[in-house]
Amino acid sequence: MELLYAITLGVLTTCGIYLVLRARTFTVILGLTLLSHAVNLYLFASGRLVAGAPAIVGLSERSADPLPQALVLTAIVIGFAMTAFVVVLALKAAVELRNDHVDGENPDEDRA
Amino acid sequence: MSHALILPILLPLVTGAGQLLLYRLPFGVQRLMGIASTLGLVLLGLWALVIAGSGEYHLYHAGDWPAPFGIVLVLDRLSAIMLALTAVLGFCCLLYASSGTDKRGAHFHALFQFQLAGLNGAFLTGDLFNLFVFFEILLIASYALLLHGGGRARSRAGLHYVIINLVSSALFLIALGTLYGLTGTLNMADLALRVAEAPAEDAPLLAAASLILLVVFGIKAAVLPLLFWLPRAYSASSAPVAALFAIMTKVGIYAILRVFLLVFALGEAPVNATAWGWLWPLALLTLALGGVGVLGSNSLRTLTAYLVILSVGTLLATISLVTPGSLGAALFYLIHSTAMTAVFFLLADLLGRQREAGYDRFSAVGPIGHRWLLGTLFFVAGIAMVGLPPFSGFVSKAWILQASAQEPQGLWLWGVLLAAALLTLIAISRTGSNWFWRPDDMARPYPLERGPLALVFAMVGLNGLLAAFGEPVMGYLELTAEQLLDPQAYIAAVLPQAIASAQEIAP
Repeated sequence: MELLYAITLGVLTTCGIYLVLRARTFTVILGLTLLSHAVNLYLFASGRLVAGAPAIVGLSERSADPLPQALVLTAIVIGFAMTAFVVVLALKAAVELRNDHVDGENPDEDRA
Repeated sequence: MSHALILPILLPLVTGAGQLLLYRLPFGVQRLMGIASTLGLVLLGLWALVIAGSGEYHLYHAGDWPAPFGIVLVLDRLSAIMLALTAVLGFCCLLYASSGTDKRGAHFHALFQFQLAGLNGAFLTGDLFNLFVFFEILLIASYALLLHGGGRARSRAGLHYVIINLVSSALFLIALGTLYGLTGTLNMADLALRVAEAPAEDAPLLAAASLILLVVFGIKAAVLPLLFWLPRAYSASSAPVAALFAIMTKVGIYAILRVFLLVFALGEAPVNATAWGWLWPLALLTLALGGVGVLGSNSLRTLTAYLVILSVGTLLATISLVTPGSLGAALFYLIHSTAMTAVFFLLADLLGRQREAGYDRFSAVGPIGHRWLLGTLFFVAGIAMVGLPPFSGFVSKAWILQASAQEPQGLWLWGVLLAAALLTLIAISRTGSNWFWRPDDMARPYPLERGPLALVFAMVGLNGLLAAFGEPVMGYLELTAEQLLDPQAYIAAVLPQAIASAQEIAP
């Protein structure tokens, strides 16, 4: 399970970083979303991966660490709010600047 | 346990929520609420300075949960200084904004309060994840404040600012996850103990986590490879917002001080040695770039943004010497530079509005109204900024040079710092002579707003007072530096039982 988990994280992060480095706002936002998914999964795994165990100490022999779950919950909420904000901001910028490049200008059109 | 310690966070939070609810009432009500709350924060900041001055650590256990399990707020001298500085700066910026900037967009006052709540929370918290949460609060308020007033330039700068900070938040969480996975705690004091006891095979991962944190705080503080968002963002935002943002880079520096002098400072081979090694050359380069940027700017706001970068470079270079003298000097410079960059952002707006053409751009040459009055103000503020006597810039720079002279690598700092100061002096005197000396008086000057003018004069005066009362301030800062370099005392205050049990085992 750990290997599958690690590979998933790696793929998500790679795709996220690739998309963040693109020039248009939509792909950058997609990249940020993928990156935040990868980060949330990573935080979740920091309490070690345990299957079929309650998140309460003392109920059974093995228990899952509940704290990372709480951390992930906070991170998800914050990440969700930030994504919503950046989508609106990108739309506003696209309308005002008349293009969707992250630098606010299309290098092919504007300098021609 | 006194509940007053959580007031610096609660007061602006509740005021901000109230302002949102009472949005339909006349605008003056919002203004008054904001000013009253910020005035309350100033008083709280002074109170914090007094009670932290005894050297005792004041704790607030949220929900009365004991320390490593619940979230603690810790007030020590450094937190108290930052709280008071934020409150005074916030008060000045809010007064300036109340002269009209706050009406250019919706919800300025509520956002301003949320920003202050986030800042105060970041300065008080003793928990690393909580620090992340407060960073997010202050960031999301700052995104909206940066865009306040609207316009193309702000949307452009805002997009960069938001995206780079979202990436830095992701990095922050990666570092937190790594630290939690290795140690099982995120309370700073507890973390310091566990990091010191960590087995040798965990050392590379701990170093990686610490360096990721350094990158995160470096983005906030604007250290060299991570600073290119700053000039555009700061010069695009409205004057009072940019002035408040003068404290935002200092949050990054505060976090560097707190984390690297506490969490990674203990053990036989402290993890923070790597971080200081990276920070020293990068800070010097930041300082040099700040100096060049100041000289090459095309408007007074961009110039001030590079002054912020210059101050960050100076601060981090001084801090990375890690001696009691250098830390004290750095804190003095932190207070001075925050106040003066804020003054310059306000001044750029004040002067720009009186110029016939070009607002604050250097390319435009034209007469300026009220030449003598504004010229005098700019001259005095320029002297204070560059660091000539009798203002606190001189005291702080002299102290930095004195402290760094005792270190072998300090000569580098001497050279770069003095060269950057010379470049600043040239840039500011060029601005002064271009704006005030060359053009004639304006035939019909725009009406002068007395309130903002008096405010900027008062802020420069405060800077002079800081120099006049330099000795008690320096004494306080020296004690702060000593406290910072004694992480054991912090841990003993937050986790009394852990230290007690360690001593039982040790002999």
